[in-house]
Amino acid sequence: MEKFTKVTGVAAPMPLINIDTDMIIPKLFLKTIKRSGLGKNLFDEMRFDGAGNEIADFVLNKPAYRNAQIIVAGDNFGCGSSREHAPWALLDFGIRVVISTSFADIFYSNCFKNGILPIILPQEDVGKLMDDAERGANAVISIDLESQTIIGPDGGEISFEVDAFKKHCLINGLDDIGLTMQKSDKIAAFEAKNTARMPWI
Amino acid sequence: MTATTLYDKIWNAHLVSIDKDGTSLLYIDRHLVHEVTSPQAFEGLRKANRPVRAPEKTIAVPDHNVPTTLDRLNGVENEESRIQLDALEKNALDFGVHYYPVDDIRQGIVHIVGPEQGWTLPGMTVVCGDSHTATHGAFGSLAHGIGTSEVEHVLATQTLIQAKSKNMRVEITGKLQPGVTAKDITMHVIGQTGTAGGTGHVIEYCGEAIRDLSMEGRMTVCNMAIEGGARAGLIAPDQKTFDYVMGRPHAPKGAAWEAALAYWKTLFTDEDAVFDKVLTIRAEDIEPSVTWGTSPEDVLPITGTVPYASDFKGGKVEAAQRALDYMGLKPGMKLTDIKIDTVFIGSCTNGRIEDFREVAKVVKGKKIKEGMRAMVVPGSGLVRAQAEEEGIAQILQDAGFEWRLAGCSMCLAMNPDQLEPGERCAATSNRNFEGRQGRGGRTHLVSPAMAAAAALTGHLTDIRDL
Repeated sequence: MEKFTKVTGVAAPMPLINIDTDMIIPKLFLKTIKRSGLGKNLFDEMRFDGAGNEIADFVLNKPAYRNAQIIVAGDNFGCGSSREHAPWALLDFGIRVVISTSFADIFYSNCFKNGILPIILPQEDVGKLMDDAERGANAVISIDLESQTIIGPDGGEISFEVDAFKKHCLINGLDDIGLTMQKSDKIAAFEAKNTARMPWI
Repeated sequence: MTATTLYDKIWNAHLVSIDKDGTSLLYIDRHLVHEVTSPQAFEGLRKANRPVRAPEKTIAVPDHNVPTTLDRLNGVENEESRIQLDALEKNALDFGVHYYPVDDIRQGIVHIVGPEQGWTLPGMTVVCGDSHTATHGAFGSLAHGIGTSEVEHVLATQTLIQAKSKNMRVEITGKLQPGVTAKDITMHVIGQTGTAGGTGHVIEYCGEAIRDLSMEGRMTVCNMAIEGGARAGLIAPDQKTFDYVMGRPHAPKGAAWEAALAYWKTLFTDEDAVFDKVLTIRAEDIEPSVTWGTSPEDVLPITGTVPYASDFKGGKVEAAQRALDYMGLKPGMKLTDIKIDTVFIGSCTNGRIEDFREVAKVVKGKKIKEGMRAMVVPGSGLVRAQAEEEGIAQILQDAGFEWRLAGCSMCLAMNPDQLEPGERCAATSNRNFEGRQGRGGRTHLVSPAMAAAAALTGHLTDIRDL
């Protein structure tokens, strides 16, 4: 996994609430057996018309946002299907941070496994960053995971919370399977105990 | 001892370790796998030269991509689908996990196969790379969807790194009115909580109306816990649960059954246990329900009218306007005036035998509206066989429904069953998102009985008026 320390970039505003993972990556593109290459289909049905032409109004098609690394989104981002293709597509497009008031649980967890930082902030802060994001390429936002701070285009600072273990894995780009493997003896002990207690499982 | 909830009990029974910062390692009893969210996970294992830690606890079933037409054994036309299905078969065989191929009568939607084969048992932890894993909570098991990285983690270690969720109780008191079903309960709850109302929580459903439901109905309720944002939905096991499980191929037998039963009877929330969030709904306040918009929270009783965007507040105003435009609906129109082109009956929400019995009751001796495209897709080959044996399949076909083979089908339209742009569908599935059933397709979520009624009349219909 790519390490995450600091990201400075343009933020795309997506104020729509309940942006679901079907929107982020429609099912048509779930037929892949790879993790890579999904960026071109990110938000496919919002980004392209039926003939495959770009829809000019869509935020990521606007010149200012084509290289956005951050999305500031409406409430409950990533709801619906558990598909990890959603963070794969975001990452492949170049998105490293999503900021919202809330995220669906599975999507939130999937982001951390792929080097994407989802940040939960109060409505007021998300509103402020949404306004900043509306200013396009003139408004660069900087996110520092180590210090857990966001610096807005006008120098304003917002701090955010993040689970200590998830932060540790992101900063070091750690594969958590490897970490869990180090606990193999504990898993084996649990299995032995449980098999004795619940032999029917 | 402190009073604990059912969720607390199952959680505690599966804790392998807790780190100082509270990060927990949870043991997983059953891992269900399908073809869409697993290939990258198996690829990860291969690259790292890791085996599946507990192949005997891992079950693979192809369901999302499989065609449901009778000719499917002649091969899958779509190349990408075929590659994905072939990959599942190869992975299942190479890693030695249980596997139900497409030509096996036990094949079906993974969340229907699990309970049917007795893989899902009370008190277990069950995961799958699919959000509707919540279904298995109907058995009093802690069941939830995971991403592909977590699928790989479970394959390699049989554990998950988890933070504990909060406890939420949803109580449905009293008795349901005639014509109101489990689907209406679960949709009504989401209408009340919103799609983020359960975020960060595990919901335990309880109350007389939940107790009165069959196991099939309970699965329908828990299935859509995820649409309310919850990590999982749970219902405490009782005699109905034990009766359903007994005799299933992978359920315990003999002395093991007795030991299991004694344990399962301890799986309930203590009287004084505290919930972080509580919602109480009177069953008699629930009406046959339908969605009008593009979020499962856009729920109204069938007696209602299409709302105005201005009826909502905050970010929902824009979302509601977008939904009205997408759905091609005029605010103020009666929901029962909405014309339907297609009816889809099936999915892990409503693809079980009881659902088809309901449909058969409504359409017996009648014909679906002329020009209506209507299909019934069983949740498993065994459901299909049972429906044929009970004469249900014949009733449905006589009425004009297509009678399909098992799979996810038009619930998410990864196989050839899709809506055309603008095509409007009454569906018994679980999501009405934009494009969910096909780009530009318009979905109204309903119960099986309501879907059957719409198939007969050609418009959304109050089942109580038939």
